[in-house]
Formats: sequence, structure tokens, C-alpha cells
Amino acid sequence: MHVPDGFLDATTSTGTAAVAAAGVALALRGSRHELDERTAPMAGLTAVFVFAVQMMNFPVAFGTSGHLMGGALAAVLVGPWTAVLCLTVVLMVQALVFADGGLTALGTNVTLLGLVAIGVGYGVFRGLRAVLPATRTGLLTSAGVGAFLSVPTAALVFVGLFGLGGVADVALGPVTAAMVGVHLLIGLGEAVITVAVLGAVFTVRPDLVRGGRHLLRARELAPRPGLAGATAVDAR
Amino acid sequence: MGAGHGGGLAAAYVPGDSPVHRLEPHTKLVAVLTFALVVVATPVHAGWAPLAYAGFLLLLLTVAGVARVRPGRLLRGLVVEVPFVLFAVLLPFVSRGPRTDVLGLSLSESGLAAGGSILAKATLSVLAATLLAATTDARGLLRGLERLRLPTVLVQILSFMIRYTDVVGGELRRMQVARESRGFRGRHLGALKVLGPAAGSLFIRSYERGERVHLAMLSRGYTGRLPSGPVAVAGGRAWATALSLPLAAVAVLAGGSLLG
Repeated sequence: MHVPDGFLDATTSTGTAAVAAAGVALALRGSRHELDERTAPMAGLTAVFVFAVQMMNFPVAFGTSGHLMGGALAAVLVGPWTAVLCLTVVLMVQALVFADGGLTALGTNVTLLGLVAIGVGYGVFRGLRAVLPATRTGLLTSAGVGAFLSVPTAALVFVGLFGLGGVADVALGPVTAAMVGVHLLIGLGEAVITVAVLGAVFTVRPDLVRGGRHLLRARELAPRPGLAGATAVDAR
Repeated sequence: MGAGHGGGLAAAYVPGDSPVHRLEPHTKLVAVLTFALVVVATPVHAGWAPLAYAGFLLLLLTVAGVARVRPGRLLRGLVVEVPFVLFAVLLPFVSRGPRTDVLGLSLSESGLAAGGSILAKATLSVLAATLLAATTDARGLLRGLERLRLPTVLVQILSFMIRYTDVVGGELRRMQVARESRGFRGRHLGALKVLGPAAGSLFIRSYERGERVHLAMLSRGYTGRLPSGPVAVAGGRAWATALSLPLAAVAVLAGGSLLG
């Protein structure tokens, strides 16, 4: 899903670079609410994590494989603005160190995998979270649907960009069908992994799931009946 | 789709002491980015485009020779573009426009040009980025990006990423070995049931390690900024050396459009 150089013409690449720069600038402002000095390293670790799970390929169909994009997952875990920053850094490293995704296409990739995927994924998540019951199942369902929809939407936006500034004269119909079809399957994988990761994290460290903070209640310290006397004895 | 980035961040770097290695990282970043822009700006349907691509390739190979980066390293860098090679090969079959016959196959002329140019441009830019990564270590890249005024938050995220990729990657590899030695084969969708929770525990392990390290850093006086050494000054000569690559590419492009 990483767009290489030369796929889109220079005008479209410049346009998406401007969109990406504006989005990242917004995210830098927005992340001030999510990131304090204490959490900046956590954002770094989230970026490492996204980078690592992008290496885990899962089989899709016809011998092709997909990997997690991780946008929706990161957004639910650390908040959407920080997630945009994490994905931006991941894409930068992939382009600069591994030449995965073109240098001039960096803006396009940030726009697709960062802004669009996170915008759709987190938007759907927030919308569903508001209507579904405030339980663990409700949280995981909203995140799963958000993650599922984020992948084909990003693919669709890519086809749109290709229609605008693609270098090849291809009938857009079949391309759209193929791209969206494959990415619906990848989206299923994305949803399953997102739900599994969130479920595991929510079970062990619910405080790390930013999108699930509303489910955390301060537990009251309840005195256990029958222990009051013992404590009094110990205190003596 | 990307092929695995095996070996972590350090694997991309080829230690050396060539003039290319010694250039300041930020000048190299600017040079490679400008070069990629020039390559992308080459018109697709111009008759002289293949000559220009050959010229660009010659420039990159010259730099690789000066930097003593082995051809094998460059070829390994090309693995990432394999999925797009497939797409580029399909283009002549699915594109519209006038057809031409090649070896008995009816192919679209514009599709041939587009597929060829995608392949050439992607290859050239992957080679340029591979050269950059082979001659600049991750820390140098970070310093370069900092010099180019990348926002502080991004620099911080990046510096943590560079330091922890190997640690988390090692964790991932150990989990993979553990899975496979228990007979796991990730060949069908059922594999997700195993891979999902594995990714979940990977996240928790990474995060808790980050928490521990961060507390350790705070107790050693971390204020949110890592002290960096004195700012390296790149003089006019250093810039001229670094920018000779994109300038030569511009010359190739200009020569093509004037003569072609």
C-alpha cells in the first residue's frame, strides 16, 4: 500500500504533500492535549510497535498477503493526533531507510495511511462508541468496524488520486473494483488484529487504551467484612 | 505489501569512510530528495525519456562507486518494489489507447510508456534512497532531519523509534520462533487468531519497556530534549559536493528536453 515514486505525477504529489504538511501541523497542535513530556517516549514506542506489526504479513487470497496499517489501532490506543504523528514518523523511516514508499510520494503516503485511514477509522470509532453500550464489547466492536472501513477507504482515495494524477491511462472501473476488493479482505484482517490487540491490551493494562478511558472507573476501596478486627489488632 | 524489513534499522547502513559517508547528513537528505523530484518530473511520454533514465542511473552508479557500496547491497534495496513491478507489467495489457503488437501480444502504447516509466522512476528513486541509507547511519539521519527543522515532537518520536526498533524487533522475532517451533504455519486466515493476541502482547511489552526506560531517563535528568553535540556547519563546498548529484540530474533533464 506504500505508493512509490513515479506513480503519481509531480502536481498530484505536491498537492498531497501540502495536504499532509497541513495535517501534520494540525496534529502537532492537537497532540498537545494528548502528549505531555511524559508521554512523548510512549508515542515513540507506539511508532516502533506500528512499524513492527507492519512487518507481520497475513495471507489474504490468491497468494497475496497484506499487513496491518495500524492507523485505527494507534488512534484508539494513543489518540488520533498522536497516531498521525506516529504514522508519519513510521512512513518517514520506511521511505528513508528502507526505500519502501517513494520520497516524493511521502506526502501521498502520509495523506492515505495517516490522515485518511486515521480520520475514517477514528471517526467511525467515535461515532459507534457513542451509540453502542459502554462496555468492553462495545469498545472493541467500534474499533473493529473503524479499522475495517479505514482500509478500503484509503484504497478508494488512492484510486481517486490515481484518476487525478496517475501516469497511466487505465479504465478506472476495473482498477477500483480490484483495489477495493482486495482491500476489503485486508480490512478484515486489519479489523481482526485491531480487535485482538485492543482486547489483549484492555485486559492487561486498560489504562493504556486512550479510547476506552470512559470505561475506567475509579475503584472504591471497599473494606472486606471480617478484616476490620484483624487490622485493629495489627495496628496495636 | 512491503517485503520484510529484516535485520532492523542498522542493517541498512554500510560502514565506510568514503567522501559520501563523510558528507553532512542534512546535505545528503536535501540532495536525494531533490534528485527524486527531478526523476519524477521527467515527462513520461517524451521520446528521450529512456535516455534520461539511463543518464540518471549512470549518475547513481557513479555515486555508488565513490561510496564503495556494493552492487549486491543496491539490488537488495530493490526488493521493496516487487509488488509494483507486477502492477507495471500489467499496465500495457489493461491500458486504453492505440494498441501495438509486441511478440504477438496486443499491448497499449501509452500503457507501455507508463509501465516503463513507473518501473524506471521507482527503481531510480529506490536506488537513491538505498544509497542514502547505506552511507548514513540512523543517528546521522536523525541529526540531519533535526538540522532541517523537523518539529521537535517528530524528532523525539523518531529518536525513540530508532533506539527501540531493534529491541522490539528482537521481541517479535523471539515470539515468531516460539510460534513456529510449536508448529505454527501462517498460511490461512485462521492464523489471525494466533497473530492478533501475539501483536497485543507485543504492544504491552514494548509499552512497559518504554515506561521503564522513560522513568530511568527522568531520574537521570531528562528534560524532553536530548543534548546533541555542537551543530555541524556545512560550508559551501560540502553543499556543492552534495548537490552535484541533483544538479547533474537537472542537466540531464535539461539536455533531454533541449535536444529531444
